[in-house]
Amino acid sequence: MKFSIPSSGRCNVSLKVDNLTVYYQTLRGSVQALEQASFEVANGEIMGLAGESGCGKTTLSTSLIMLTPPMKHIGGSVLLDDELLPIADEKKMVDYRFKKVSIIPQYAMNAMNPTRKIGKMIEELLRSRKIDYKSREEELLRRIKMVKLPQDVLDLYPIELSGGMKQRMVMVLSTLLDPSLLIADEVTSALDVSSQKAVSELLVEFRDQQIVKSIMVITHDISILYQIADTIMVMYAGQLAEKAPTKTIIHVPRHPYTKMLISSLPKVGVKFEEHRLEGIPGKPPLLLNPPEGCRFKARCPLAFEKCREAPPFVEIEPGHFVACWKEC
Amino acid sequence: MLEIKNISKIYKVGTFGNKELHAVRNVNFNVKNGEIVSLIGESGSGKSTIGKMILRLTDITSGQINFNGVDISTFKGAALKDYYRKVQGVFQDPFSSYNPIFKADRIFNIIHEEFFPDMSGSDWETKLNESLGCVGLNPEHVLNKFPHQLSGGQLQRFLIARALLLETDFIVADEIISMLDASTRIDVLNLLAELKSFGFSVLFITHDLSLGYYISERAVILYRGCVVEMGKTDKIFNNPIHPYTQALMSSVPRLDKHWEEGSGGDLCTRESMGIQLGCSYYGRCKSAIHEKCECIAPELVEVEEDHLVACHLNSK
Repeated sequence: MKFSIPSSGRCNVSLKVDNLTVYYQTLRGSVQALEQASFEVANGEIMGLAGESGCGKTTLSTSLIMLTPPMKHIGGSVLLDDELLPIADEKKMVDYRFKKVSIIPQYAMNAMNPTRKIGKMIEELLRSRKIDYKSREEELLRRIKMVKLPQDVLDLYPIELSGGMKQRMVMVLSTLLDPSLLIADEVTSALDVSSQKAVSELLVEFRDQQIVKSIMVITHDISILYQIADTIMVMYAGQLAEKAPTKTIIHVPRHPYTKMLISSLPKVGVKFEEHRLEGIPGKPPLLLNPPEGCRFKARCPLAFEKCREAPPFVEIEPGHFVACWKEC
Repeated sequence: MLEIKNISKIYKVGTFGNKELHAVRNVNFNVKNGEIVSLIGESGSGKSTIGKMILRLTDITSGQINFNGVDISTFKGAALKDYYRKVQGVFQDPFSSYNPIFKADRIFNIIHEEFFPDMSGSDWETKLNESLGCVGLNPEHVLNKFPHQLSGGQLQRFLIARALLLETDFIVADEIISMLDASTRIDVLNLLAELKSFGFSVLFITHDLSLGYYISERAVILYRGCVVEMGKTDKIFNNPIHPYTQALMSSVPRLDKHWEEGSGGDLCTRESMGIQLGCSYYGRCKSAIHEKCECIAPELVEVEEDHLVACHLNSK
């Protein structure tokens, strides 16, 4: 397994998100779930997206592929392979979904049509995209072999497969048209540890075989990201907090939230009697009327005057972005 | 305190209930006073079933559970109520543990009515505030609210406070923090570990090895309803002997170590005919060579002090 970050860096950008702001429209006002997100994902990069529930990580990924009401695109742009993604236009996105941007949804094991045999379902799916099934069949079988599923899986119904097998089948399905960007939303959370490992390693293999150019892995389990991701981006309450190479985030994080988050994770070898871990006091703000400025300031031990303004997401060293006034 | 003797659980499955599923098979272990024991296993290993049997939420097919020397499996009526005064459970999903129609502190009122009917209102209030203080909650902030107005961590602490009110001796904590966010889960975990000083014993059911290591003195590793390894936590973690424990240790994602290359998740499994007879792990075991493994179930053997392993490869 490779854990290297492409050295050529920025001339090799696969995904470029610029000031993306997405709100949820509700009767009581807008839920500001994603505020001014700007970041880049390089070619061949596996980017992990981590954060607590409700921090906007799923909002960010969903808005890249299917921005439907009550979500509303407020501003910002998304460039994929130097091409503008029409994320706000649902109809125009049809040309990009599945072909350019693809997703392995949360609870992917239940994503397949239970009334069709898997092969039949894939055939229908491709026909709906006006693609000849026969032309992809050979590749499909090769991929099925790659994820270590038996060839006759196409003649089975989804119910006949185990959770891990279904997950792998959906992975094959999602990547069948060699999308440029693959979004993997909580793909491992419902699996056993051994299937978890197999599925995560397959994601890396998809990248290594250049089936997909870049992958965004969304999870709340940072230890999975430590195993497979090249970079990790941490979000807090709809704002980006920090993005850096995996090792940097785990060992020398700079944002106070990342620091507290990483130090609160139990590790094998740490015992309560010997080393007491501390959580983060307080809870995230409601995003309906979020506080002005840095949204972490109420829980932050370092907060000072300036935190009333929103901190910019700046690069403090190559590849390491932080949004904190203390680090600027 | 709690002694589990040779318990088994068979579920009837299939359309007409004519098939049998052995969820738990001949499990033995004890929990001593003031001890936290982790029950570790993947889904389907029977860890929750054991928790439910201790809480009498499901019947025991065979075997015995002794609490302070008394067999609990026949308790009914008043005896069972008395048992629940001492043994309580806290479960995985804090939101479905509450009735969303009523305020969350209704769980305390029920206890007041049922278990302490003679206590006056003001005495009860002092007692309640005391126990909420113990779990690190400010009564003014949390009382008189509906479950959806409280966070998952607060709700889990409510359930622990409820156990404190009852002056419980034993808590079955079934995956209590897997639904909580990383920043709050450690507080609930610390709370559980602190309760030890009140003389509590805890059966901590989890699938996460690092949590088990953090909190418990002893661990029991389950696979398909069988205990494969048990003993002191340090000994199991530093020197895993059973092939399953080793595989589990190597595939759990950790923050201090990368996965070893090529050790791969177990994707291929061996068909085993005699699953009812042989070693429960035979189907996936890479080191199984003996015919013995397929036909005879291994017994737990002490390999060093307070470290037992059920594997033929280790019992010469």
